Amino acid sequence: MKDTNVMKLEFLSKSTNEGFARVAVASFISQLDPTVEELSDIKTAVSEAVTNAIVHGYENTIGKIYITVKIDERNITIEVKDKGKGIENIEKAREPLYTSKPQLERSGMGFTIMESFMDKLTVRSSLGKGTTIVMKKRVN
Amino acid sequence: MTDFKFNGSTLIVKINEEIDHHTCDLIKNKIDLAINFRNTKHLIFDFTGVNFMDSSGIGMVMGRYKNMHKNHGTVAVVGLKPTVKKIFTMSGLFKILSEYKNVEEAMKSEVKMA
Repeated sequence: MKDTNVMKLEFLSKSTNEGFARVAVASFISQLDPTVEELSDIKTAVSEAVTNAIVHGYENTIGKIYITVKIDERNITIEVKDKGKGIENIEKAREPLYTSKPQLERSGMGFTIMESFMDKLTVRSSLGKGTTIVMKKRVN
Repeated sequence: MTDFKFNGSTLIVKINEEIDHHTCDLIKNKIDLAINFRNTKHLIFDFTGVNFMDSSGIGMVMGRYKNMHKNHGTVAVVGLKPTVKKIFTMSGLFKILSEYKNVEEAMKSEVKMA
């Protein structure tokens, strides 16, 4: 039997839930006994993904955010999904320093951080339907 | 919680919470109020009490830097935890501000530089 585990979260797109989401994911992952750095990298990536869903997906209206975390031996897959407005140009959104909302003092580093803190990042988005971010990381 | 201390024309901002999109708006507003409250020439961020920061923090620091820079002021940072420092390094924030061992050292160097 392979050692696998799954958890799902569903919560409202309120900014107060950003802290809750990253701590809940970190707490689930801690069964793998990751290093402090690995755990912090994952927390930061989750925080970026959830913030994107709130600020860009729902544009500060209230919708639902869904997180699924799968553990497969030492491999972690985190999916962060919203049913918001979607991303028009994913390639552009992933460019370092690009932000669609410069007036908000956003740094445009969200996707860059997710990419460099995790091993793999996939973004699926469809206008008017929502965005799903899948991040993978292997812990040692 | 954010603490403010004035020392001459230097403002020391000690942030004591996680910095994310949720917390940073309030922190920004408080810092801007404090900067304008007195004629602030040097801004020192004390991150000793910050255990987590995501990219929202980059925007927060960059925005304060822009405001200070407009008035020929300086910005410095102390007390970065390794995980927070990683975000600073990645975002290139060290190109616009210096890191010091502690507040005293930052005060000495920043005031001398001006």
